[in-house]
Amino acid sequence: MGFACVYIADFLVQAVVRGQRALGDGALALLGGAPPLWSVVAANPAAFEAGIQLGMTKAQVAQFGKVQICMRSEAQEKAAHAALLDAAWSVSPRVEDTALDTVVLDLEGLTVLFGADESIARELARRVATIGLVARVAVATNIEVAIHAARGFPGITIIPAGEERQRLGVLPVGVLTTEVETLELLERWGVETLQALAALPALQLSERLGQEGVRLSELARGVRQRSLVLAQTSSAFVEEMELDDAVEELEPLSFLLGRLLDQLCARLEARALAMRAVRIRFELQPSFEKDFQTLKEDLRTKPGVKQYEKVLTLPVPMRNSKTLLKLLRLQLQSDPPSAPIQKIYMTADSAGPRVAQNGLFVPCGPDPEKLEVTIARLAKLVEEGNLGSAELVDSHRPESFRMSRFVVASEQNKRRGKSEPRVKENSDAPATVTALRVMRPPQAVRVEMNDEQPAKVYLRGMRGQVVAASGPWRSSGDWWQEDGWHQDEWDLEIEFVPVGAQHRCAPSRQNHNSPDSQKFECASGTIRIGNEKDGPRRGLYRIYYDALQQSWFLRGVYD
Amino acid sequence: MAASSLATLRSKIEADLRGRVVSPFAYRDRNTFELVSTGIPEMDALVGGLPRGAMTEICGAACSGRTSLLLSALASRTAAGEVCALVDARDSFDPLTGNAAGIALEKLLWVRCQNIDQALRAMDLLIQAGGFGMVAVDLSDVPTKTVRQVPLNAWFRFRRAVEDTPTIVLLLEQEPHAKTCASLVVRLEAGEARWTEASERSNCYPFAKLLRGFSVRSNLVRSRVQVPEQQVIDIRGTAIFGCAPTRSADREMFETETVWRSR
Repeated sequence: MGFACVYIADFLVQAVVRGQRALGDGALALLGGAPPLWSVVAANPAAFEAGIQLGMTKAQVAQFGKVQICMRSEAQEKAAHAALLDAAWSVSPRVEDTALDTVVLDLEGLTVLFGADESIARELARRVATIGLVARVAVATNIEVAIHAARGFPGITIIPAGEERQRLGVLPVGVLTTEVETLELLERWGVETLQALAALPALQLSERLGQEGVRLSELARGVRQRSLVLAQTSSAFVEEMELDDAVEELEPLSFLLGRLLDQLCARLEARALAMRAVRIRFELQPSFEKDFQTLKEDLRTKPGVKQYEKVLTLPVPMRNSKTLLKLLRLQLQSDPPSAPIQKIYMTADSAGPRVAQNGLFVPCGPDPEKLEVTIARLAKLVEEGNLGSAELVDSHRPESFRMSRFVVASEQNKRRGKSEPRVKENSDAPATVTALRVMRPPQAVRVEMNDEQPAKVYLRGMRGQVVAASGPWRSSGDWWQEDGWHQDEWDLEIEFVPVGAQHRCAPSRQNHNSPDSQKFECASGTIRIGNEKDGPRRGLYRIYYDALQQSWFLRGVYD
Repeated sequence: MAASSLATLRSKIEADLRGRVVSPFAYRDRNTFELVSTGIPEMDALVGGLPRGAMTEICGAACSGRTSLLLSALASRTAAGEVCALVDARDSFDPLTGNAAGIALEKLLWVRCQNIDQALRAMDLLIQAGGFGMVAVDLSDVPTKTVRQVPLNAWFRFRRAVEDTPTIVLLLEQEPHAKTCASLVVRLEAGEARWTEASERSNCYPFAKLLRGFSVRSNLVRSRVQVPEQQVIDIRGTAIFGCAPTRSADREMFETETVWRSR
C-alpha cells in the first residue's frame, strides 16, 4: 500500500529482556540516572500493575517483592535498535530510522514478494520476533499515520486509504506529542482524543498554538505528508553485555556467549549474511590478589581496564550459532582469560553466505562447519602449529615447508569464484616413490671416514658398516644470515650390528620383526635396526655432515 | 493369517526404527566393500584395493616400504579429489617426498602428534568428523610394546565408527594389532636396494652414484574383503568395483623409485 511502521512498545524494557531472557514476563523495573540517585525510568505493564511508577527511587521499588530491578543498559538498547533495523532491511531496502523504538519501511513493490499488506505486516512481526523483540506493526498510505497507528494500536493494524481520520480518532492526543505544556493545554480544553483535536478549526488552533497547532491538526486528521528519510545500511554487527556479577568459569560464560551469538546470527540471517570472523573482547575485573604496591604500579602504568581479546577467523562463512559457540569454547579453553569477566563485547565480520552446491562429479568432502570444530579440537590436542596442510617453500634448505591452515580446497575455489581444478595426471611420474621418513630433530651420529667416504656409522650403541653409499651431495644457502646452512648429504646402505657383537655379513637386506630385535629410542621415534637372533640387518639412511656445526646427523630413513 | 500378522509386525518394527536404521530386515554382507586403488598395480593385484568403510593394516619393519605404499595411496586418493588426513604419531612425514609422490598437499590434513595417545585421539576425532576419503595413521615408529597396550575395544570402536562410511582407515605399524577389527592385513618386507653404477670417469669418486630405489615384497596376511560380483564402472575411473579380484598369489613384489626432483 504505502508504508509500514514497526514500533517496539516498552523498548527500554524489551532491550534488556532481549539480552537476559531469564527475566521473562515477570514484573520488571529499570533504573537509570546517576548513582546513588537511581530512579525508575521504564517498567513493563506487569510492574505498573503491581504499583510501580516512573521516578520511584531504588529503595521504593525494593519494597515491591515481586518486581525485579535491573539497570538500564544503553549498550543493549543500541544493539536492539541495530537488530530492529536489520530486521526491517530484511524486508525492504528503503527504511527510515525514525526513533530508537520506531522504524518505517517503504512497501513499494513488496506485494510481489510477500503478498498483501497484512502478509507483509505479519512477516515483519515474525522477523522482529526472531531478533527477540515484540513489535507493533501498522500499515498505511501515509508515514505519519502509520507511525501513530503503530504507537497507538497493539498488534497488527492496517489502515486503508481514506479511513485515516476515522481510525486514528480513538487514539489519545498523547501519541502525537510528548510536550507537557501542550498536553496540559489540550486537557484544559477538554480535548482528549485525536477525533476531538481534528474537529477543532485549524485557523483558530494556529492562533492559539502557532505552527505546532497546525501540525497537530494535520496529524490528527491524517493528512500531513512527508518524505521518507532513508537510513544508511551498516555492516557493523556488535552485541555487548554488561554483567552485574563477574563471571569466572567457562560454563556460565558459555550461556552468555551463546545468547550473544544467537542474537548476532539472527541479525545476520535477517540481512542474508554470514560470519567470516568473530571478535570477542572481555573487560576483566581488576585483580585484588596483588599487593597494594603492585596494584598501584599497574594503575599508574595502565590506567585503562584490563582487557582480553580473541579473534576467531573462520575458513568459510558460517551462521550456525551452536558451531560458533563450540569453536569459541575450544579457543577459550586453550587460552582462558586471566581474571573474571565483567563486560562482553562481540563483533561479527560479515560476508556473503557460502555456496553449498558441489559439482556433480566432485567427491563429497567433510562438512566445513564440522571440519572446523574437528580442527579446533585437534588443535587443542596437538597444538595449533602441529596441524594443517604442509605448504612447500621455494628454497633448497632441507625441511623447507610451512604449516598453513587447512581449508577444503573446493571451498577456497568457491570463494575465489573458480571451478575445481582438474588433477594433472603425469604419465612420467614413477608408480611408487621411495619415501623418506624424517627424524625431527635430526639425530647426532658418529661417522668414521675412510678415503673421504663414510665407512662406519655409530648410532646410540649400534655400529653400522656402510655397504653402499652415494654422495656427498653438497648444499648451502643463506650464508649471509644467522640461520645459514652448509651440508654434505649421503645416502647410505648400512648394515647395523650392536657394538661388541660378532660381525657377520648378511647376503641381502632382511626383514626382522621379532620383539627381541635391537632398537634405540630417540626423541622423535624408535628405529628398529638390528636383531640379536638373526644377525645384522641393512637399511637405507640419509645422513649429512653439517659443516657449520662440524657434526654428523641422521636426517631420515628410506621406507 | 500368520503371514499377515508377520507382515504387520514387520511394518511396525520398520516404522519404529525409521530414521535410525535403514531397511532393518535387509541382509547386509558386512564383508562387501567398495575397493579403491592403492596407486600401485602390484598391490591392487594382490589385495584387490583398499576397502572403504574398513580398517587396513600395513605392517613391516623399518625400510620395508610401508611409507612408500602410504604415499602412493594418499596420492591416489587426493588425485581423485578426495580430502585425506594423515595422523603422524611421531612427526616423520616428509612433505617434499609426499609432493614428489603426487600428493595434493592442500587436500591433506597433517596432524603431527608426539605420542600414540594423541594419535589415537586424533584418529577418533577425524573418523567421527566424517567426509575424509582416507584417514591414515602412521604408528610405524611407535614401539610394538606400546601399540600392543592399546585395548582391543578401542580398535572395535574405530571399526564400528568407520563402518558404513566411505572412509578408508589405513594403519601403518610394525606388527598387526587390530586383530579381527582389520579387514585387510598386509605385511611388507624389504628387498634389494638398487643403485646406479658409478661411471668409469668417476674412478676418483666411486661414491658418485645414485640410489634408484628398492624392491618391496608384500604378503597378504589376512583379508575379509569380498569383492562384489556385479561389475560397476566408475565414470571417474578411480574405483575398482569388482574388477580386481585376481589374487593369483598371496605374495607380490613392487619396486620404489627415488625421485631427485623434489618440486
